Amino acid sequence: MVHVIIYILILFMLLAALIALEAKNLLSSVVSIGAVGFMLSVVFLLLRAPDIAIIQVIIEILTLVILIRATIAVDVHLVKNIRQFFPFAICMVLLLLLFMFASKAMDLLPEFGNYLSKVAPHYLANGLKETGSANIVTSVILDYRAYDTLGEATVLFTAILGAVVLLRRKAKND
Amino acid sequence: MTNNKSGLSEIVKSVCCWIEGFIFLFGCYIVLFGHLTPGGGFAGGVIMAASFILIMLSFGKERTDKLFPRTRTTLVESFGALLFIAVAWLGIYYGGGFFANFLHQKFGGTPFTFLSGGTIPISNVAIALKVMAGLFLVFYVLSTHKVILDEDISKTEKDK
Amino acid sequence: MIYILCLILFFIGLYGIFCKKNLIKIVLGFIIMENAVNLFLILLGYKNNGIAPIMTKSMRLDEFLASSVDPLPQALVLTSIVIGLAVTALMVAVAIRIYERFGTFDITEIKRLKG
Repeated sequence: MVHVIIYILILFMLLAALIALEAKNLLSSVVSIGAVGFMLSVVFLLLRAPDIAIIQVIIEILTLVILIRATIAVDVHLVKNIRQFFPFAICMVLLLLLFMFASKAMDLLPEFGNYLSKVAPHYLANGLKETGSANIVTSVILDYRAYDTLGEATVLFTAILGAVVLLRRKAKND
Repeated sequence: MTNNKSGLSEIVKSVCCWIEGFIFLFGCYIVLFGHLTPGGGFAGGVIMAASFILIMLSFGKERTDKLFPRTRTTLVESFGALLFIAVAWLGIYYGGGFFANFLHQKFGGTPFTFLSGGTIPISNVAIALKVMAGLFLVFYVLSTHKVILDEDISKTEKDK
Repeated sequence: MIYILCLILFFIGLYGIFCKKNLIKIVLGFIIMENAVNLFLILLGYKNNGIAPIMTKSMRLDEFLASSVDPLPQALVLTSIVIGLAVTALMVAVAIRIYERFGTFDITEIKRLKG
């Protein structure tokens, strides 16, 4: 039952993603991206990942606010869809080739719903005893793999610094 | 509430007055109980940033400038990063490794209670401060930036 | 089969990056690819009839071990989602800067204007 719901939701996500890329109005394509993100959060909830479902909802709201800000600020709202045939055909052929190779690689993956990585049993068995945290995901983030979190915090800092520096006005007038 | 010109209408403002405190409180709950329930520093920090963004969207720029000015934002972000590193360094002296959970090793604590986590709640608070200040700063910069074409700027400079 | 659907979602994002001329559409393609990768990692960690990796008082340890889903991909994806928002903000900032410089979002026109 859960499998069927997940399949249907992912199909709707594909549809919303296509609409987002093909819509003529920029604002409607941004709204379609919001649909993709919210359905993704429902899928996360069905896949037993409540932490990620919470964070995906809020992040999607903030992404929508930022993107709508970017599209409303400018005068261009409609997209001109003039497409030359030859580059488009090359792109599609390349994408098709890549897709064939990638779907061959997908055959090597373990079957859906039966896989557990080799370190996971250790985390699950000893997580509460060694770190005292009942939420095993938190114990992995902040204890077993805290270096990872430090690196991600650095990346976050750098990306925010880049955005702030790009949008400052004072230095240009000098 | 005194300045009616900036921000959205009166209805939105009074609803936000009621709601914003509860959203912030919910963020604090998510952060502090991140080791017992779903959530944690990242999710709680984003919720807290969203509460500030709600104030900014409904009341306009002046209110947020008073409540959470730019200098204080950068201070909070740096404090979060330094707290995270400091907890990691204390692990070397007291626990035997970078990022060791020394408080849990020393005191333990009964499982499924708030104090059982050791250093994990402190790290969660540090990450939440960092994420909150960072995302709010990005939103602040993006929304206060007025889009002016470079041609218009050069034209006005020529006129002068 | 479900992995293939996820792969198609990734390739829709890649198609947006390759074939679209509008900068905002390219950013949307990036967001779709990011969502597809996060979804793929979480799908990999799922276990049939599993429970969330959070212990409760009434649960015995062997029961929990037998039925919990994999916590490792969840921990990795949790941080990568927040990074995704910051990177999206950076891309939007670059797009706004380009719009200010050239007055358009269309990359072919930008190329023409540059020289």
